[in-house]
Amino acid sequence: MQEHDLSFVRVEMALAQSAPSSERGLGAWIRKNLIASTGDTILTIIGIVLVAMILPQLIGWAFINAQWIGTDRTFCATVAQGGIQPDGWSGACWAFVNAKFGQFMFGRYPIDERWRPILVAILFVALLVPLLIPKVPRKGLNAILFFGALPIFAFFLLVGGVFGLPHVETSLWGGLLVTLTLSFVGIAVSLPLGIVLALGRRSKMPIVKMLCVIFIETVRGIPLITVLFMASVMLPLFLPAGVSFDKFLRALIGVSLFAAAYMSEVVRGGLQAIPKGQYEGADSLGLGYWQKMGLIVLPQALKLVIPGIVNTFIGMFKDTSLVSIISMFDLLGVVKQNFSDPNWATPQTARSGLVFAAFVFWLFCFGMSRYSMFTERRLDTGHKR
Amino acid sequence: MASQEILREEPSRGSFINDPKVRGIFFQAVVVIVLVALVWWFVQNTIDNLTRLRIASGFGFLKSRAGFDISDSAIAYSSDSTYGRAIVVGFINTLIVAGAGIITATLIGFILGVGRLSHNWLIRKICMVYVEVFRNIPPLLVIFFWYSGVLSVLPPPRESINLPFSSFLNQRGFYFPRAVWGEGSWLILVALLLGIAMAWFVARKARQRQMATGQQFPVFWTSAALIIGLPLLAYALSGFPLSFDYPKQSTFNLTGGFQVKPEFLSLYLALSFYTAAFIAEIVRAGIMGVSKGQTEAAGALGLRPGSILRLVVIPQAMRIVIPPLTSQYLNLTKNSSLAIAIGYPDLTATTGTVLNQTGQAIECVLIMMVVYLALSLLTSVVMNVVNARMALVER
Repeated sequence: MQEHDLSFVRVEMALAQSAPSSERGLGAWIRKNLIASTGDTILTIIGIVLVAMILPQLIGWAFINAQWIGTDRTFCATVAQGGIQPDGWSGACWAFVNAKFGQFMFGRYPIDERWRPILVAILFVALLVPLLIPKVPRKGLNAILFFGALPIFAFFLLVGGVFGLPHVETSLWGGLLVTLTLSFVGIAVSLPLGIVLALGRRSKMPIVKMLCVIFIETVRGIPLITVLFMASVMLPLFLPAGVSFDKFLRALIGVSLFAAAYMSEVVRGGLQAIPKGQYEGADSLGLGYWQKMGLIVLPQALKLVIPGIVNTFIGMFKDTSLVSIISMFDLLGVVKQNFSDPNWATPQTARSGLVFAAFVFWLFCFGMSRYSMFTERRLDTGHKR
Repeated sequence: MASQEILREEPSRGSFINDPKVRGIFFQAVVVIVLVALVWWFVQNTIDNLTRLRIASGFGFLKSRAGFDISDSAIAYSSDSTYGRAIVVGFINTLIVAGAGIITATLIGFILGVGRLSHNWLIRKICMVYVEVFRNIPPLLVIFFWYSGVLSVLPPPRESINLPFSSFLNQRGFYFPRAVWGEGSWLILVALLLGIAMAWFVARKARQRQMATGQQFPVFWTSAALIIGLPLLAYALSGFPLSFDYPKQSTFNLTGGFQVKPEFLSLYLALSFYTAAFIAEIVRAGIMGVSKGQTEAAGALGLRPGSILRLVVIPQAMRIVIPPLTSQYLNLTKNSSLAIAIGYPDLTATTGTVLNQTGQAIECVLIMMVVYLALSLLTSVVMNVVNARMALVER
């Protein structure tokens, strides 16, 4: 039999061809993402109209027409309003933000003493950044410094009255300083307190459980304003005559307790998600209650609920703005207080100040949410469904 | 043998201090003692303080004359009314703004949530920017923005901005024509109710028939005809009793029409816009939670895209959506207490005024707490009923 080698085996790979022209490039992207169907095209047109209506106005207001420098209201008012701008002018008054920047940051903190909050802020950032970057070593020492030494140092530095530093009353504090202090203390207090409350709610001791449930559900059912009212009106009634609390401290207690109730529900969710085998495994190893919780259950549970914890942090950060209602001056309170400054009162002032405050709040909250997404990915050990 | 006997008779038992039961009782006793002591101390202090300040405790003050005015009131109220009535006015205002806010926030939120999953890149990005902006800004700031940044710099009444349907917008709020119901308009309401009842009945019958025979019935069009047609018929029969009271320009102000105050408007807009961002995320998570296999299987069964959405995706997504949606509704209701910051007389604001005038701190805070707790419970109960109807029925 004669062997015919009829089969054809390709030796070298066929050259890769580029995708058909209908599937690549800008045209294909537009066809796929913007005008895939009639309905899609209509939606795109609506979207373009929306963007075209809003974006140029926004950019014009915030940048092109904005007044960046100036010393008083005349720079941000139209001629009809007694200023220098042409009639019909509408632009942001960043000059106002510029002039009041110090107040927005520190409130009425004495100008000569402002180096103190600045120093605390520098230390805060210097300790926080290495804590947040996973690769930096010595996390334990860093955490002790950040949560232990820094608050004590910051307390003495900000309040003063010792080591020759003049005393600064908390009623003079304001602006971002108050917002950040309230949030930091709130976060530092509410997380451990929330964990304790969550453990209490799942405890087998009926009285402890009942007390925790009552506390959590009551606080979660009422608005923060009511809690703050309670802290500012009712707390003085509860204490013996003559004993008075600092207003700032009262707000701190209110905010922390409020956040702790929400935090405990988040933590409870995590505790419930841990399979029973983990609890039983810990028991069978002979671990005590606190060992079981601290070494086995909580590390797993907290990892599960990081997004929820950070969401509570973000919520609390935003909620600190409510203290402006009980006449304390956080960032929002100071901005609002400055609207009524006759030197600066124009139709644009309020808008500009509020947009600035919104931007600051947004920056912090957005940063926190992005960092939590990053941590979630990093700690993901593949147990997620 | 002997050793086994010993083991059985005397089970090895640790010290009595290590018995978890004994420990539990001990700890709880400590907690109770500390708590009782604390409460007793608080009560003693409070009684001392109250006698010192000469404030009578109890709810008797609710019956005395309030003496302050409320700018926005749904029921008859004057400064001669009682404190109790002032608090009721505030409560009704809270309900109004929370109810209106919930409806609007749900609408905007659902549109945004679906928009974030759109195939259209532009729509997706617009919705994303909206959600990311509003989620990360305090609601109080949004309220101030509407109030001080937008509404209070509108032109004065003389230069009101004209809007369609003869409505006007100016510093003092939003004016639109008020419907004046003439004689016999109750007939329209009856017809509307009748229409809804009949539509419900038709839908039920149609479903039963489809289950039994497989034949479909155009439920949507029939219901629409019933709900819209019957009231229209009644309107014509009763001799067109509806007329409108249009807002008119006078020298200094607008007269007539219905005025929505800027306080209400800014609170309502801010709450709706803020909560909508959260609802959008919930809706998105809900729709994404329905696995793609479900949609594909429904398609393989021959359902049309509309039917897939209505019969397969939405019922399953709702199960995921409803519990977090409930807590957003609760949040919105609680956030409505921010009204106090701009002077809209809601429950917190009026009760706060009463508190300042009478000094009855404990009673007033108690009223606030009880009302908000009751509202929360009520919302939870309603949403739990809805949830129970939607929930997956398993084996």
